[in-house]
Amino acid sequence: MAVPLSLRVAEAEARIYRRTWRGSIMASFITPILYLLAMGVGLGSLVDANLPEGLDNASYLTFLAPGLLVATAMQTGAAEGAWKVMGGIKWRETWKARLASPIGIPSLVFGHMIWSAVRVLMVSAIFAIVMAGFRIAPLLQSLLAVIPALLVGVAMVAVTTAYTVRVNSPTALPGFFRFVVIPMFLFSGVFFPVSNLPDWLQPVALLTPMFHGVEIARAIVVGTTPTVAPAISVAYLITWIVAGTYLAMAPIRRKLKP
Amino acid sequence: MTDQLIQARSLTKEFGDFVAVDHINFDVQQGESFGFLGPNGAGKTTTMRMIGAVSPITSGELSVLGLNPMTQGPRLRSRLGVVPQENNLDEDLSVYDNLFIYGRYFDLTRAAIRGRIDELLDFVQLTDKRDAKISALSGGMKRRVIIARGLINEPDLLILDEPTTGLDPQARHVLWDRLYRLKQQGVTLIITTHYMDEAEQLCDRLVVMDNGKIVAEGSPAGLIKEHTPRDVVELRFPIGVLETITGQIEELSEHTEILADRALVYTDDAEELLARVSESDLDPEMELVRRSSLEDVFLRLTGRTLVD
Repeated sequence: MAVPLSLRVAEAEARIYRRTWRGSIMASFITPILYLLAMGVGLGSLVDANLPEGLDNASYLTFLAPGLLVATAMQTGAAEGAWKVMGGIKWRETWKARLASPIGIPSLVFGHMIWSAVRVLMVSAIFAIVMAGFRIAPLLQSLLAVIPALLVGVAMVAVTTAYTVRVNSPTALPGFFRFVVIPMFLFSGVFFPVSNLPDWLQPVALLTPMFHGVEIARAIVVGTTPTVAPAISVAYLITWIVAGTYLAMAPIRRKLKP
Repeated sequence: MTDQLIQARSLTKEFGDFVAVDHINFDVQQGESFGFLGPNGAGKTTTMRMIGAVSPITSGELSVLGLNPMTQGPRLRSRLGVVPQENNLDEDLSVYDNLFIYGRYFDLTRAAIRGRIDELLDFVQLTDKRDAKISALSGGMKRRVIIARGLINEPDLLILDEPTTGLDPQARHVLWDRLYRLKQQGVTLIITTHYMDEAEQLCDRLVVMDNGKIVAEGSPAGLIKEHTPRDVVELRFPIGVLETITGQIEELSEHTEILADRALVYTDDAEELLARVSESDLDPEMELVRRSSLEDVFLRLTGRTLVD
């Protein structure tokens, strides 16, 4: 076969996305603007007044922006891995319809991963453009920070997908967001350095995929030195992607091809 | 042997301790319309899913289009059309987009799919609904879209799992008409149903399934001839009366079935039987004479009705 069938699945998702792309792109612009205004400029003026030397020698807005970029990618990834997957398996059974065609489970999962990566990339790139608009960093530097954001986003797609295919009811999803996504958003070094966390919590933050992405993105935008070697962080994120993708397959087989 | 599209030998499917399909044998020939008749839970859908290479077989042998569904799944599925029981279309997308996306899964070119969609929409009489959202269609129209979707790859074999369940009589007849045309075009159809009239309308040959086993096999007419006399006299009695006269009814014929509200008396000579009923002191509320159907065959074979 000339083109892997996973690309056909991604193409299908793109066609489905086309129905709502305008609203989705608008939201991708507006969300970072609101966050950067409220937290970066508004709250940031208070932080900067209190810390004349800045955080990592940067204004709070500059400190915050790369972290928020990665956080946005992380949340986009989680959403793609949760609602989309639940819809395909349970609400609409469109995944079942796909599996009656030549599409097999690996193609189905890879296609879902590919399209979700495109979504994370879109949201992150828009964030980077907004960041450059706020004159936080030059455009090229901002766009470079999209790479760690993409890795974190895709890792979240994989992990969330592996979770969603294991639960039987959509009611299990809000819990995942409440106890995994939101804590990760708040405590992985986006809003304040992880070193400000209580000692016992710091290793937990270090284990989250998000922490590693934030470190690299901040190094690119602010020029800080990461506490973990970037190569190790990248390898760590790729491990999450591979593991999550692999772990998603067996439950799908159990549910859709019993 | 040459024209056999499907060959199943001792085909079995177990889910844990539950045996859903129990050592069944059947053959489906090229160009025929083959039915699986039976009540819910008889193992029909499970059999379809094994044929469609979306459910691994537990034991036995199964060959579909000369391929092994266990090891050649993608290749086999590329030549099958599947009309599942559930309406698993993308409700938010248009009819056209649903068909287009599905065509791409078969690696068809965009141009080929466009032409094919026009033909298929014409065939299922939905050309004017081309750009309508699925959620705006009636149940019968959705089923027709699913049939069009199942035909997008010009399959060698179309598998229909309860194609008309839940539809009103008019929508069912429209669907039967379309399926009948497909059959005339030489498409091999496999149909599961728990409606005997559907099986009689569409199937050249069928197997009757019950509890995972095949209990009879033949053409609809052949099965009726083989398993029941030609006519049925249905006698209805007021509630509570039937139990008291069971013995009397059983004397009327060799083949009788006592249901909750009526008695079925099988005979080759309905006139003569009715005469005997009016001579007796049975005095039924209502008498109805009809031809025996597959429903009666099923009742005889299993002692139960198809649709409860």
